[in-house]
Amino acid sequence: MEVTAGWYLSLGAVLFVIGAGGMMLRRNALVMFMSIELMLNAVNLSFVAVGRHTGDLNGQVAVFFVMVVAAAEVVVGLAIIIAVFRRRASASVDDLAVLKG
Amino acid sequence: MIDYIWIVIALPLAGALFLHFFGQRLAEPWAGVIATSTIGGAFMYAAIAAADFLTGSGEPEVVHLFDWISALGADAELLWDPLSAVMTVTVTGVGSLIHLYSIGYMHGDPRYGRFFTNLNFFAASMLILVLADNFGLLFVGWELVGLSSYLLISFWFTKPSAAAAGKKAFVVNRIGDVGFLIGLMLILANFNTLTYGTVLEEPARFVTAGTATTITLLLLLGAAGKSAQIPLHFWLPDAMEGPTPVSALIHAATMVTAGVYMVARTASLFELASFSATTVATVGAFTAFFAATIALMQRDIKRVLAFSTISQLGYMFLAVGTGAYVAAIFHLFTHAFFKALLFLGSGSVIHALDGEQDMAKMGGLRKVMPFTHATMAVGWLAIIGIPPLAGFWSKDEILALAFGAGGWFRFLWVLGLITALLTAVYMTRWMYLTFWGQARWDDGVHPHESPAVMTLPLLALAGGSIFFGLLNTPFHGPFKPAFEHFLEPSFEAIDMAHLPEGSTPWILAAISVATAVLGAFFAFRRYRGAEAFDRVPVAQGRTGVWRWVRNGYYVDDIIGNLLVLPGKLVAAWTAFVMDSEIIDGSVRAVGGGVRRVGGWLRPLQTGFVRNYAAVTFSGVVALLVWFVSRGVV
Repeated sequence: MEVTAGWYLSLGAVLFVIGAGGMMLRRNALVMFMSIELMLNAVNLSFVAVGRHTGDLNGQVAVFFVMVVAAAEVVVGLAIIIAVFRRRASASVDDLAVLKG
Repeated sequence: MIDYIWIVIALPLAGALFLHFFGQRLAEPWAGVIATSTIGGAFMYAAIAAADFLTGSGEPEVVHLFDWISALGADAELLWDPLSAVMTVTVTGVGSLIHLYSIGYMHGDPRYGRFFTNLNFFAASMLILVLADNFGLLFVGWELVGLSSYLLISFWFTKPSAAAAGKKAFVVNRIGDVGFLIGLMLILANFNTLTYGTVLEEPARFVTAGTATTITLLLLLGAAGKSAQIPLHFWLPDAMEGPTPVSALIHAATMVTAGVYMVARTASLFELASFSATTVATVGAFTAFFAATIALMQRDIKRVLAFSTISQLGYMFLAVGTGAYVAAIFHLFTHAFFKALLFLGSGSVIHALDGEQDMAKMGGLRKVMPFTHATMAVGWLAIIGIPPLAGFWSKDEILALAFGAGGWFRFLWVLGLITALLTAVYMTRWMYLTFWGQARWDDGVHPHESPAVMTLPLLALAGGSIFFGLLNTPFHGPFKPAFEHFLEPSFEAIDMAHLPEGSTPWILAAISVATAVLGAFFAFRRYRGAEAFDRVPVAQGRTGVWRWVRNGYYVDDIIGNLLVLPGKLVAAWTAFVMDSEIIDGSVRAVGGGVRRVGGWLRPLQTGFVRNYAAVTFSGVVALLVWFVSRGVV
């Protein structure tokens, strides 16, 4: 049985849905963060798979960009989460709704 | 001498300017002294300049000061002719005495300096008015006297009635000014210039009788506003809220005569429009009559004189309408003296009684104020027309000329004669209630004679009231009609009214003297005794026609309800409905709408991250579905 691009794409889709589900259902900031990483990596996987399938290098280049941006985002995001946690002793995002209308 | 005639205006103007900045800082009498000396200097200059006309060596002259609106023929040019000379001498002469009197009368007023600023400013404005050589400059003076009149009526502006009276005078004058201004525009349209020289020399070359009638009727409206003639007379009695010297100077002797002066100045236009002239005479006669009836019923010492002034101005209008221009200016001249005298005398009384103006609380002042009483008696005899005092000569000339004009003017003469009777009645009543009879003043009030600075002007004015009538007697020989001779150059081209021939003037004079004596006699009988004040026609008049008369025929109420009330309603509607409901309402509606829509949308912002994430994902999914279904991807 040959592992085709479809398999990778399916795995990417599953991972993405898991990430999206976690994003929408969990309220702990750290877990939500991990869900976002999951979604990003699901997309990375799809990029690589499609890139290899079509023999195009652009797919892998895009992944590099995504990883760089994700790393930067993690730095900022974790800093915010830690700052919030120090103030409130909680990482629940529902407590951070003071700016709602 | 004549080239520098502008000094007459410049002196009081400089006084006003100086006092405006320093008047309030000077110690008390000095502001008054400065103001009096500027106007006194102007009087001397004018008197010396006018002497040329007396000797017959003077010629009417135009003095060009500077260009102003040359395109309209309205440069700063002064006209020095006998008519403006008489006006200037009257204004500055009577004005000087009233300035002098004010030094004593305004004693102790916290705005002493400001009073003299305004008084000097008024004098300068009035002199611009009478010396102008074109309608443009005339209008400038016309408006400036309106302004200074406003400032002086509401001089005690902390009193609401004084503030309201000033406003009323200003607004009513403005109504007249609308007519005046339209008249000036018509003159400009037809003559292409506003200069007297072109407009008045031979108006028939430029306009038809119809146009002249329109112009003169519009001018009449302006004159009626300024000179308090029906239907714009009702501001003058209220103007008595001002200090008494103001009433004497502005609302008796000078400013209110501006209308008479203007009609006399534009005599050649009125000559062209006989309908307008008749209207002027009719307005004058009716005003004289109705104002005299109202004067019968007033309680306030100054209001009697105010209505009397309206009545006497009516005589002057009757005269100019009849074509008796010299008689009109003559009456203006003598009236300035005896009416200023009466006003200043009433001021002396008010001063003595600590501001009391109600004649119900006077009486018997003859004993405590012998000097004021004596001069007042002169004013009283002068105004009711007892020979040989001033009022007799001027008033009877008007009446005789109106009689001589015949036709409709005969009827106006009858009105004038009845007015003379009423004048005798109300002035005798005035004397009785104030000086004679029993003392009715409150306990604790101690009347006293006024200081010399106030009584001296009274003496001078009383002298004028006695002798100045002799300036224009109908006798020839030793008493040449000097005044008529003096004014001749101003009215050369005008066809003047003539006295009837033969013995008629004598009979007419006898009739009017008899009328005056009859009126005075009636009033003597009526108001003698203790309960005089309760008698009709006295102040009470609670019933029937007397009530109408006492309230001035309710003209104030009629105007108030017919014109002022709708105006106030419109203003109130604009302010409280139009502005605060409709305009503010629409602004509030827009704001409220935005707020309400915001309220609807507000629950969308839950503040829960997962909701936003869900919405975002649904959006992405929806887009995806759409793209797929459209076959884009």
